Amino acid sequence: MYDFNYRKASSVGDAVSAVTGAEDGRFLAGGMTIIPTIKQRLAKPSDLVDLAGIDGLAGISVSGGVVEIGGMARHAEVNASAAVADAIPALAQLAGGIGDPQVRNRGTIGGSIANNDPAADYPAAVVGLGATVHTNRREIAGDAFFTGMFETALEDGELVTKVSFPVPSKAAYMKFPNPASRYAIVGVFVAATAGGPRVAVTGAGPCVFRVAEMEQALGGSFAPEAVADIKIGDGDLNSDIHASAEYRAHLVTVMAKRAVARANG
Amino acid sequence: MPEGGIGASVKRKEDFRFLTGRGNYTDDEVRAGQLYAHMLRSPHGHAALGSIDISKAAAAPGVVCVLTGADADADGIGGLPCGWGITSKDGSPMAEPKWPIIAQGKARYVGEVVAAVIAETAEQAADAAELVEIGYQALDAAAVTETAHLDGTPQIHDEAPNNLCFDWDFPAPEAADAVDAAFRAAAHTARLQLVNQRIIPHSMEPRAAVAEYDKGDEKLTLYCTAQAAHAMRLLLGAFVLNQPEHKFRVVAPDVGGGFGSKVAPYAEYAIICWASRRLERPVRWLGERAECFVTDAHGRDHVTEVELALDGDGRFTGLRVNTVANMGAYLSAFAPLIPTYLYATLFAGQYTTPAICCNVKAVFTNTSPVDALRGAGRPEATYLLERVIDEAAQATGIDPVEIRRRNFIAADAFPYQTPVALLYDSGAYERALDIALERADWSGFGARKSASEADGKMRGIGIAAPIEATGAAPSAIAGQLGARAGLYESAQVRFNATGTVTVFAGTHNHGQGHETTFAQLVTDKLGVPLENVEVVEGDTDRAVMGMGTYGSRSLSVGGSAIDRAMDKIIDKGKKIASHLLEASVDDIEFDSGTFTVSGTDRTIGIGEVAFAAYVPHNYPLEELEPGLDEQAFFDPVNFNFPFASYVCEVEIDPETGTVSVERFTAVDDVGNIVNPMIVEGQVHGGLAHGIGQALMEGAVFDETGQPLTGSLMDYTLPRADTVPSFDLDHTVTPCPMNPLGAKGVGEIGAIGAPPAAVNAIVDALRPLGVNHVDMPVTSQSVWQAIQSAKAS
Ligand SMILES: Cc1cc2nc3c(=O)[nH]c(=O)nc-3n(C[C@H](O)[C@H](O)[C@H](O)COP(=O)(O)OP(=O)(O)OC[C@H]3O[C@@H](n4cnc5c(N)ncnc54)[C@H](O)[C@@H]3O)c2cc1C
Repeated sequence: MYDFNYRKASSVGDAVSAVTGAEDGRFLAGGMTIIPTIKQRLAKPSDLVDLAGIDGLAGISVSGGVVEIGGMARHAEVNASAAVADAIPALAQLAGGIGDPQVRNRGTIGGSIANNDPAADYPAAVVGLGATVHTNRREIAGDAFFTGMFETALEDGELVTKVSFPVPSKAAYMKFPNPASRYAIVGVFVAATAGGPRVAVTGAGPCVFRVAEMEQALGGSFAPEAVADIKIGDGDLNSDIHASAEYRAHLVTVMAKRAVARANG
Repeated sequence: MPEGGIGASVKRKEDFRFLTGRGNYTDDEVRAGQLYAHMLRSPHGHAALGSIDISKAAAAPGVVCVLTGADADADGIGGLPCGWGITSKDGSPMAEPKWPIIAQGKARYVGEVVAAVIAETAEQAADAAELVEIGYQALDAAAVTETAHLDGTPQIHDEAPNNLCFDWDFPAPEAADAVDAAFRAAAHTARLQLVNQRIIPHSMEPRAAVAEYDKGDEKLTLYCTAQAAHAMRLLLGAFVLNQPEHKFRVVAPDVGGGFGSKVAPYAEYAIICWASRRLERPVRWLGERAECFVTDAHGRDHVTEVELALDGDGRFTGLRVNTVANMGAYLSAFAPLIPTYLYATLFAGQYTTPAICCNVKAVFTNTSPVDALRGAGRPEATYLLERVIDEAAQATGIDPVEIRRRNFIAADAFPYQTPVALLYDSGAYERALDIALERADWSGFGARKSASEADGKMRGIGIAAPIEATGAAPSAIAGQLGARAGLYESAQVRFNATGTVTVFAGTHNHGQGHETTFAQLVTDKLGVPLENVEVVEGDTDRAVMGMGTYGSRSLSVGGSAIDRAMDKIIDKGKKIASHLLEASVDDIEFDSGTFTVSGTDRTIGIGEVAFAAYVPHNYPLEELEPGLDEQAFFDPVNFNFPFASYVCEVEIDPETGTVSVERFTAVDDVGNIVNPMIVEGQVHGGLAHGIGQALMEGAVFDETGQPLTGSLMDYTLPRADTVPSFDLDHTVTPCPMNPLGAKGVGEIGAIGAPPAAVNAIVDALRPLGVNHVDMPVTSQSVWQAIQSAKAS
């Protein structure tokens, strides 16, 4: 680990100015991604600005058909929230399937989506539910937030304050975990939303993506059979020692089918 | 008789300190004025080092010195030694290239130390290491086991043409003729091409070391994560550091797991000892998890073709094995032993196969060195045998249970001389199988299979009947086979004046429960309460000598040495008691801690005898020395042969290929059992390890020797939810060759579980035409096998 300056921010404004004022400042949320990266000497930020002391950044609320989750809400809190479980059970369940208890007690939704690991779970929910990402500067549509592998629409010094998820009529998330890391090899989030069915896939490609053909088919009939025979191309998919692109493409179909079945109860 | 003797499941004495954070591990040894070593490691699988410029690093804050391979040469530091020599079939000795403690000229695997930075803090050492400039020229690598010895493959060592370490035939050239004849006469044959993949040990505690040289008495002390402190001292002192044995103390304190990987001497230990001697300051090193991934000795890594010949009745008539075994880039201390005498000698298994032959080519590759890992050679042997037997069952149409029964060595056939050198002393194989089948509800499998199928799943059941040779080893035989050390064990049993007992043993406890089990031996034989017995291990200044703990040897060899020392204690105690009780020594009997004049009620407790021995006011000083402190060495007359029958049942999701182990029944025979709870724990751990190898573990390198499984994000270890709740039972066939009747237990689970699991998986997939899937049988490989089967 290299030396860095540690600051604990008292407000969003304080955090943003501390980060932008530093030579190479970074926000510190749960630290589950950034701390291991620093420990392995793969990152060398000059300053870490801790968001944990900022009031109001961690809340969870449900009203008017929208679930709002603060940027600093921990995975364990989302998983345990009765309000989330009631409104969007698939979201609570997704959060409960991230990593292990230690990771869930530290990791946050803001950190997860800002990091945009291609195998992370939350991006599937953000896109699959057509959520909106709120920052200190603006609102970003979920569909426009994730721009590439470990890339997002966030600008320098831009901080995720909350994510709002419109409550769907039904939804489910199916994850096929990497046997070692238990991140998603393929995770498929399906939802019947006011704007129509959504199918968002994480883990399979360099960045979360939607499957238009499946969404269309589900528009006709929201049933597992509707997607069971839809194969996605494997040309742009990830390939590693755990899963070839071909295997991932196959798993997308299987997980989509199972997610629809689960959403239908 | 105090409680807690042989047969009692007493809780482990050592657990209080482990569970409450009071263990004393190597890294807990803190020394005034200590320095920190950071190892700069090769990022290349194969590269010429070119120029090495340490000037910037040496000038960095806190740096005390930067050491290179040239410095080691200049100081007369030797290479890391190999403890076992193998002779090739043409009579030539194996190729044994030097393994410098810091790379010289070339780096031959990712992780090899290329420079060591010694600084005031660990961070300063790591910072400075980034300033060492090395003019690497990457070279083509030989990283694939199967092809490393073929013409045209890049050469790793000048001393090893075609990267060949040895080319070994066993048991003798004539054996191949007999096997050929068996195949010519065979009614059926079965053949498999299989991989026993490389796995990484993963002890919970990373390797660590602290070295302190005392210039005043020229004595070096090394604390390190070792399974065999005396062997570590012998090998490092005599071959690497030129540090006389009487001026070198090695201490292995609490060690958090070894699995074989903490037996061999490692470069880091030599480097910090040498640095401490140069600098006259204590130097420490702690491996990070990422370093352990590439530098802890790996295990297995065989590519094998196995063929079995059978007669018309399904009796095995000949077995032929051809293996390429990967040694990694250098020869770790016991690497050559593993694919040879710990491997081919097990090819008879539990069966009467009369003709067996094999050829093993050991190759160097640009990968981490390989050494013993839980089972070491025996898992590889058992896997190929138990797999090819299932294949033979298919070829003959005989049920896998029945074909094993037909070929078992009968219970009345012992001692049984196998065609592969080993003389089995005892066994009762069919009984263990019967119990396993009963407990596993083998006959009810069909109903469970139908239930799975109704749920869209496939179900399979598999058995394996493993045997292993534990309790290394008869020294004379080991010497004939190439061992460069003896393989006895030593123990000292010391009564203290107040009647408590201290046992000094040459073995080492790093998860096996010796502090409890060995104390139980004392309680059982000498009648001393368990809490009054202390077991001391892992210190060359305290135990006289020792070969350490590996190969499931500690109880049968080390425990037997303790038993022998206790015999001497009793002998001497009888003499003291005869004096105190005023009777003839021949009339003194000893039982449960009490000496009795036979046929009378005149008795004296062993505690009083011990007191008299140390406060000899009324004592036969003319005939007998004071004190009650005895030492014994035990050199086993043979290996011992634990065996088992395992039944594994799996369910497969054909859509995803995911395998889940639904049931696992294990019936082990490890001879007499001292602590059933500890034995169960060893079996559980071994089974989890074996199921891990079967389903998920595997070290992967790319063609340049770059590890692709360099962290737990990519290397899959079994977890609690990987394994079912095991159903265990045991039979007891005491080993007749040691006073305790004990056999080893630490490895059998890891030996028998892989074939049981893979046999079950193949059983599930066989209706599709699949007859083999290599380990690790991941969901991807199952899915792939199903796709290929469907396509053909
Ligand atoms: C062992 C392990 C297993 C895991 N398994 C999974 C898994 O199965 N699925 C999964 O999805 N994830 C998994 N994770 C990742 C986990 O979810 C992390 O919590 C997440 O990736 C990062 O969140 P964090 O709060 O820890 O962020 P940090 O590590 O603190 O920060 C990550 C990055 O985001 C930035 N950042 C943090 N908060 C904000 C914010 N509010 N606004 C803008 N930028 C911000 C930081 O500057 C940093 O660059 C795992 C992690 C570990 C260590």
